[in-house]
This record gives sequence, structure tokens and C-alpha cells, in this order.
Amino acid sequence: MTGARDAILAAIRDARGDAVPTAPAPRSPLPARAQGTPEALVARFVEMALLAGATVSRAAGADGVPGAVAEYLSRGGLGGAVVLSPDPAVAGLDWDRAPRLTVHRGAGRDEMASAAATVTGAVCGVAETGTLMVCAGGPVANALHLLPEAHIAVLRASDIVGGYEAARARLGAELPRAVTFITGPSRTADIEKTPQIGVHGPRRLHIVLVDGA
Amino acid sequence: MEATSARFPANARAALGDADLRASLARLQREYRRDRAAVAARLPEFDALRDAAAAIKDHALDHLAFYLERFEERVIAQGGQVHWCRDGTEACEAVLAICRAEGATAVGKGKSMISEEIGLNAFLERNGIAPVETDLGEYIVQQRGEAPSHIVMPAIHLNVKQIADGFRAAHGALDPARALDGPDALLAEARTRLRDKFLSAEIGITGANFLVAETGSVVLVTNEGNGDLTHTLPRIHIALASIEKAVPTIDDAMALVRVLARSATAQEITSYTSLVTGPARAGDADGPRAFHVVLLDGGRSRLLGSERRAILRCIRCGACQSQCPVYGHVGGHAYGWVYAGPVGAVLTPALLGVPAAKHLPAASTFCGRCEEVCPVRIPLPALMRSWREEAFARRAGSATERALLKLWGAAVRRPALWRALVGPVSYVLAFCARRSGVYRALPLAGGWTGARDMPAPEGGSFVAAWARARKADAP
Repeated sequence: MTGARDAILAAIRDARGDAVPTAPAPRSPLPARAQGTPEALVARFVEMALLAGATVSRAAGADGVPGAVAEYLSRGGLGGAVVLSPDPAVAGLDWDRAPRLTVHRGAGRDEMASAAATVTGAVCGVAETGTLMVCAGGPVANALHLLPEAHIAVLRASDIVGGYEAARARLGAELPRAVTFITGPSRTADIEKTPQIGVHGPRRLHIVLVDGA
Repeated sequence: MEATSARFPANARAALGDADLRASLARLQREYRRDRAAVAARLPEFDALRDAAAAIKDHALDHLAFYLERFEERVIAQGGQVHWCRDGTEACEAVLAICRAEGATAVGKGKSMISEEIGLNAFLERNGIAPVETDLGEYIVQQRGEAPSHIVMPAIHLNVKQIADGFRAAHGALDPARALDGPDALLAEARTRLRDKFLSAEIGITGANFLVAETGSVVLVTNEGNGDLTHTLPRIHIALASIEKAVPTIDDAMALVRVLARSATAQEITSYTSLVTGPARAGDADGPRAFHVVLLDGGRSRLLGSERRAILRCIRCGACQSQCPVYGHVGGHAYGWVYAGPVGAVLTPALLGVPAAKHLPAASTFCGRCEEVCPVRIPLPALMRSWREEAFARRAGSATERALLKLWGAAVRRPALWRALVGPVSYVLAFCARRSGVYRALPLAGGWTGARDMPAPEGGSFVAAWARARKADAP
């Protein structure tokens, strides 16, 4: 197999594809809609997230999150139980403030797969397309973002950035195994080009936007 | 996948007679054109982003060996493995070896055009492993025993009834009288069937939209979430990619993502754009314990050194297919191999050879719509023309065709001779059709007039008419 590696690299060299770069690739322009004041970016994030089929509610501070989650579940007819991500930003919230809500911690895969809703954090929100950047790693399973019927993401308004480059800058040189840009619920147009929601990933994406946190 | 590209003319004729197919394709083209115009209008920088995307790809190709080696270094540093494969056979064997080493037979697949190119599914089935396609469109065509017909929407050639028939035939254990009367019912059935497959797959095979050298990451662009479940739940993740997928940095990949979804499905971005880096780390709650990248050359290094290098910019958006009037009338299967439409017309001769694929670049009017929408500015008509020139030089067409073209070439280069021939012939044709004004059939031109009427000429040459008109206009 080293034979194949050498052969392929030699073929690339012969094809004039082996220069060592002296500069990075040319820069791509940052769209205007990825720029603006923090307030403008928050407003744009909400607008684009809604266009993409997510729902958004606001919570005043971290203490308001459990109530916002409970309200979303009851409005959506999703029952009274959620699976929490072990992320301290979620697990460490004061869930006693939503006493009628049953919270499950330490869920395994089967529980996540049958859950009506999971609650996870988000590293940041990207205003240009209403996109969440979530990471899995350590105790936070990637399946939390993928398996439930509804995925509820807790996002601080102060964590909203303009474009994907700004989001990437939050990750540093070493990436966790799974970084996912999530925009709206799971969808397809494979059947007669009819847009349909909820194929394999969650049928619903709800964002609880935390102000003043 | 067995190629029938050499039978394109017959394939196309059969497709033209398929009313269901024509209706499906008409819907695709109508809606795609409308939706892409809308999404482009919402982003004033779209054209500048396309120029930048082309420049990023060209830079990556100019330094391909460097970026591939850097990518490999990073993958290995994370605990992953890279398998370099010169051709499809080596790639299939590399995948099989990984499955065998794991003792695994339950394989879930996210969408991968490379897997189609190398015939991976059939190869694995011959070796006792049955991969299940998890992308809905791929699953639908897999149930029907068909190949995908479009790079991004594999089942776009089918209507609801055809899909339902495929499900009834394939899901034998279910009640045959159940209602499958609309997209929702079909989706619900597919979601349930595939859920079990996701949860029980031991190996997940995905493609890769981009390979990022900076971090050793694979970028997966999907809407359904199947790619994400495929790289997360099974204990082994194999990513299949051809070598020209390498890009320098995450930011470069996201610049390409900005133009990819807008061109492919007219969305701002897909529901899931994932950066997958290596196997699960110690302490990770989920993720595969082994990560393999199978890198395929498969003719790319040869293309890199040729005058057709620009086709390697392709980011597999399928916009050229969705816009092409020829594809829009005959569909993807007529092209006879993995890649259809304009991108297929340029790639197939490179990968399968001119004799097998010569009809594909000839099946174009050079209207240029493909080039207009290509997010990485590939000069598709020029590349198709270069294949036609090569086919002509290599005598790939019929002797009669070559002789007639040479004759025509000799006449048209001599204006006086041309006018002396065309003038009288044109008057004769005008006279003979003076009542109807049209020819429904012409001797020696049956191939053309079999499906078209030819309007009768006015008589004389254009140049003579032009000279008369100018004289009349002169003061």
C-alpha cells in the first residue's frame, strides 16, 4: 500500500500539483449579512433561523431557561420529560424552576432515541444563516443532537457571531471529533422535490436564546 | 457499476418516450431554476463568492500533494488511518479489509458518489456484506435496484407511485394493502426502517465533501442527518474520498460550503454541515473507535496534468445537471454511468476512455447554462468541445461522419465556393417547399428530420441578401 501512496504522489508531482504553497489560498469575501452590530446580528440570527424552519424563544438570563423549555414542550404537545446534555451550561441550570418538567441525566443511546426532546448547549450561533455550531466530545454525545424527536439548543445571545469564520475561530487548533453546523430541522426533497421535514435527524429544532447572560 | 455510456443514443431515445420520466425532469428543472434564482438574489456577494471558490480550488489543486500529505499527517496524529488507492479495485479491497478485520457485516452508508464509481455495494455484497443506503434518495433507488440519476437528488427521476411500488416490493413483511399515497407516508416508512439500521450498524461508510488539510477533518454536507448518524453511531467510520477533495483550511471549506448548498438545492446552507476529525477520543461518550479515510486517485492525477484540470474544481453540487436542457429531457440514467449531464460529459471520457464515452460530450448544444450556474466557474462547454476535438482526432466517430465534416470544412473555409454551392441549393429548396414552407423529411438527413421539421430557406445566401439590403439602405 505504500506502493500506492508513492505512486499517487509521484503522479501528482508529474502533473504539476506538488508546489509547496508560499501563501494561503485566496480569501473569500465575507458577506454583508455576516457583519453588523451585536444587536443587528442577534436579530438577523433569529430571522434566518426562523426561515430555516427552527423555532426560537427567549429567556431572560440562565434562570429563565428551564421555564422556556417547559413552555416549549407544553405548547408543542411533547410531554413533560427531557433528556439533558451533561454540558455544565445545561446540566448546571436551576431545573427546579420548572417543577413540572422531568429531567433525565446520563441518558444512554436508547433513551436518546426514544426521547421527545433533548436539551443541549451550543458553542455559538452564526447570524448569516441562523446556524448553530455544536460540539460533541467528552461526556457530551453527538447523538444528543441527532436522535430525539425535538432538539432544544440553549444559546446565549452574546455567543452569536456574524459568519462561519468567526465561529471556527472559537474552536482553536485542535477540533473535537464532531463539530456540527446545524440549520433548522432534518429535511429532504428527495421525493418529487417536495420539501419534507424530519427524515433521520430531529423533526424539530428549538432554540432558547438567552439574553443578558 | 457497468457503464452503458456507449449506448447513449439508444438510452436517450428510450428516455424520450418515458412520459413519467419527462414529467419528473420537467418539475426538477422548473423548480430548480426558480429556487436558485431566489437564493442567489438573497446574497449580493454570490458571484464574488463563486469566483473565490474557483480560486480556492485552483490553489488546492496547484498544491495538491502538499495538502494531501498534511491531511494524512493530521489524521494519523488523531489516531486515524489513511489508505491510498490507485483505482477502484484497490479502494474496494481496502474497505473490505477493514470490514473483515473488524469481523463486521452490518454496514450503513451515507451518500457517496465515489462508492458508486468503484461499485462498492456490489463488491461488498459479493463478499457477504450487505450495505444499507441511509440517504433517502439512495435508499429509494437501492430498493428498485437502480443507480442514482442525479448527484444530489438520486431519485429525482421517480414519482410517488413509482417509489411506493418500490417500497411495496422491497418491504415484503409489511401489509401490502397499506396506504403509501403521498410523500409523508413514504417518508414515515423509510424513517422507521432505516432507524433500526442506524442503531445496529457496526460500520458506517460516508463520502466526504471536503478533506481539510489543516486539521485532518472530513466535511460532510447533508440535510437528512443520515451522514451524521452514520459517522457517530457505528464503531468504525470509513470516509471515501477522491484526492481532489483536499482543501487547505476549515475557513476554505466553509467558503466552498457557502456556494455549495445554494447551487445544489437552492438552500442557504444544508441542515447539517459536519466537521469530523478522527476517531472518538478517550472519554468521548460516543463516536467510532476507529476512523479510516480511503483516498482514491481513480484517474484524477492524470486529469490534473491535462488541459482539462479545471473539472477537478467540481464540488459535486449537480447544478449543471439541474440546468442542462439535454439532461432535462433524458435524465441521468441515459448517460450510462455515475456522472450525468455536463459534469458527466467531461468526467466520463477521462475516467472510462473516449471510445466508451464519446457520445456524452457530443450530447450538448453548448447553450452554456451549465457554466453560468457552476459555483466554481468550470468552463464546461469548452471542456466538452476539447473532448469532441480529441474524439475526432482519434477517429472515434464513423468514417462517413468524418468525411462529411471534412468536406463541409473545406467548403466553408472558401467563401466564394461556399456561396456558389449554397446559393443554388437554397433556391431549389425554397422552390420545392414554396407551398408548405417546411420540410418534414429530407433525403440523406433522416437522422435530423426524423424528429424535427426544417423550415424552407428563402433562397440565395445570407451574404448576398445582406449586400442587397445595404445597397438599398445606402443614400
